[in-house]
Amino acid sequence: MAPSDTELLEQHVDQKYEAGFITDVEAETFEPGLDEDVVRRISTLKGEPGWMLEWRLKAFRHWQTLEEPTWANIKYEPVDYQAISYYSAPKSKKDGPKSLDEVDPEILRTYEKLGIPLQEQQILAGIAVDAVFDSVSVATTFRDKLAEAGVIFCPISEAIREHPELVKKYLGTVVPYSDNFFAALNSAVFSDGSFVYVPKGVRCPMELSTYFRINAQNTGQFERTLIIAEEGSYVSYLEGCTAPMRDENQLHAAVVELHADAEAQIKYSTVQNWYPGDPETGVGGIFNFVTKRGLAAGRRSKISWTQVETGSSITWKYPSCILKGDESVGEFYSVALSKGRQQADTGTKMIHVGKNTTSTIVSKGISAGHGQNTYRGAVRILSGAENARNFSQCDSMLIGDQCGAHTFPYIDVQSPSAQMEHEASTSKIGEDQVFYCNQRGIETEDAVSMIVNGFCKEVFNELPMEFAVEARKLLEISLEGSVG
Amino acid sequence: MSLLEIRNLHAQVEEQEILKGVDLVVNKGEIHAIMGPNGSGKSTLAQVLAGKEEYEVTEGEILYKGRDLLEMAPEERAREGIFMAFQYPVEIPGVSNVYFLKAALNAIRTHRGLEEMDAMDFLVYVREKMKVVKMDEALLNRPVNEGFSGGEKKRNEIFHMSVLDPVLAVLDETDSGLDIDALKIVADGVNSLRSEERAFLVITHYQRLLNYIVPDVVHVLIDGRIVRTGGKDLALELEDKGYAWLEEPLGAAETVSA
Repeated sequence: MAPSDTELLEQHVDQKYEAGFITDVEAETFEPGLDEDVVRRISTLKGEPGWMLEWRLKAFRHWQTLEEPTWANIKYEPVDYQAISYYSAPKSKKDGPKSLDEVDPEILRTYEKLGIPLQEQQILAGIAVDAVFDSVSVATTFRDKLAEAGVIFCPISEAIREHPELVKKYLGTVVPYSDNFFAALNSAVFSDGSFVYVPKGVRCPMELSTYFRINAQNTGQFERTLIIAEEGSYVSYLEGCTAPMRDENQLHAAVVELHADAEAQIKYSTVQNWYPGDPETGVGGIFNFVTKRGLAAGRRSKISWTQVETGSSITWKYPSCILKGDESVGEFYSVALSKGRQQADTGTKMIHVGKNTTSTIVSKGISAGHGQNTYRGAVRILSGAENARNFSQCDSMLIGDQCGAHTFPYIDVQSPSAQMEHEASTSKIGEDQVFYCNQRGIETEDAVSMIVNGFCKEVFNELPMEFAVEARKLLEISLEGSVG
Repeated sequence: MSLLEIRNLHAQVEEQEILKGVDLVVNKGEIHAIMGPNGSGKSTLAQVLAGKEEYEVTEGEILYKGRDLLEMAPEERAREGIFMAFQYPVEIPGVSNVYFLKAALNAIRTHRGLEEMDAMDFLVYVREKMKVVKMDEALLNRPVNEGFSGGEKKRNEIFHMSVLDPVLAVLDETDSGLDIDALKIVADGVNSLRSEERAFLVITHYQRLLNYIVPDVVHVLIDGRIVRTGGKDLALELEDKGYAWLEEPLGAAETVSA
């Protein structure tokens, strides 16, 4: 007789435990507070080797010497770092909702609108394991395919145990813990994240998504991701999800490091819709303070960042590229929406080091309600970067008259043979445009969506297809009610 | 039942009264011309029919297909078959002409209980319509009106009209800024849509357009009121004499039947 769904699932879960995951499944949550002891306890709970603990401690000690930066164009209540708990037990599914009936109807409504299939809705809502069998088995086949290609894709905590040589070699090489306040904090207390390694010449057979990291519990807080693409390889990684995510941990300070060797390409796409806080007061939303950087180390390597940021109370991040290899390419495509009381200070840094390097920046900022959107971009062309080329376009769109859009482009060119192009535009969705659409039979909300989608088209075209479809829907939903 | 009945319409914008008691009846199959000097309220009338918020109706009523038009939102009026060719068509960057029209047509079709057209069918349908206004296919994929010349914008309006198949088409000074050739193309487009099931309100400052789009009825709007109604010869009379001869006996509006 064929095993029942539950039996198959139990078998799979047992396998997980064999691989050593048991150390992650601890029924413990730390009291608030951060000191060396907390760092040690985190490392112990994760079963980390000594060198990892040492690294964390160095980062922590360095963090203690730093002052929180205040130069960004954002306002927020100071974070009390001693009032945060730095390790939470993975939510036991037993404590979660038993069925979708117990889930906040607002959240369900959004899932419906985003067209999320029922089973995925259940996973997102944290419903007990036996209801999500299909997704688990899909994930298993997924991992087999990757193993065949030699691609490693696992939680970083697993990589630290199973592939220490790789982690040691690359961790902190693109974002050293000394880089900035939040990177130091993250390096000390990071909870989990993705580790991806693509061997020489391998084109990763499928798009990697955080969704398939089975161990993705409570990783939002201090996520650490490391992606390594060896010579001639290709990988496309998708982070995030369009469904609105709540988290009792308010501060999300993630670090993402990408390393691309010669002729290798890493495409990193993000769709972020963390809880933005109360639309009137902004209270309770997530602070998304992220350090993301890619090193295009080898000749003709390429790193592309594509992001659609619609959530979080505050988004503060500059996915950047260091174009070290000759002829390397860096790209940044971004749509950032700020509405209600959201604030975004986001952009990119393109640092041209090698010769004949190229960078492209396309940033679309949309402000609505009382949202404040700031683009901050830096293009630095070092003296050895002969024939560097950069194209930057930052466009802002204002919806309504209570919001703001700001642009701070920094351009530092040290090479006389560099070519730079910078374009910027600001537009409003005019009432006249909306009325024109109305007069053609299109209602206002659809008109606004259409116009905003047209505005964001260039960026959406860079997203992997299903992500693009979801991102468009997400933008539509996020803009609901912003045009009075 | 008349298609459109306007009774004692008073409308203001920015606290200033522009329409001061307009009466008008339009039936299916008819072409009405509305002429008048600058500031007479011609465009205001068009905007009120289209439903622009800034134009406040202070008195009177408008019945469209027997329904209270003023109760209907602009997009509902459009879906019920009212089309306005704008005097100053706006640009919509990032949204292609063809995508925009497909969205509009499908919104109207859905309202009428018809199935939406998919991209393929729509393209076939639209290509036919393009011939009518001698529209260059290249303009299909450009963002709506972006970078279009004045003439191209006006022709695009007529193109939209032919695609959306309205019941009542209001042309707000469609001829302004057009040279003779463009004018002829626009007029051909309008004439090709004449039908027993459709009515046109052609708002124009100059008589010239009416050589090509021959009206059934001509109304003269002066200072917010229709002071004279006549046949197509009234337009010629105006060309000859100007508006001044009608501006004197205000308040004593004579109506000469067509």
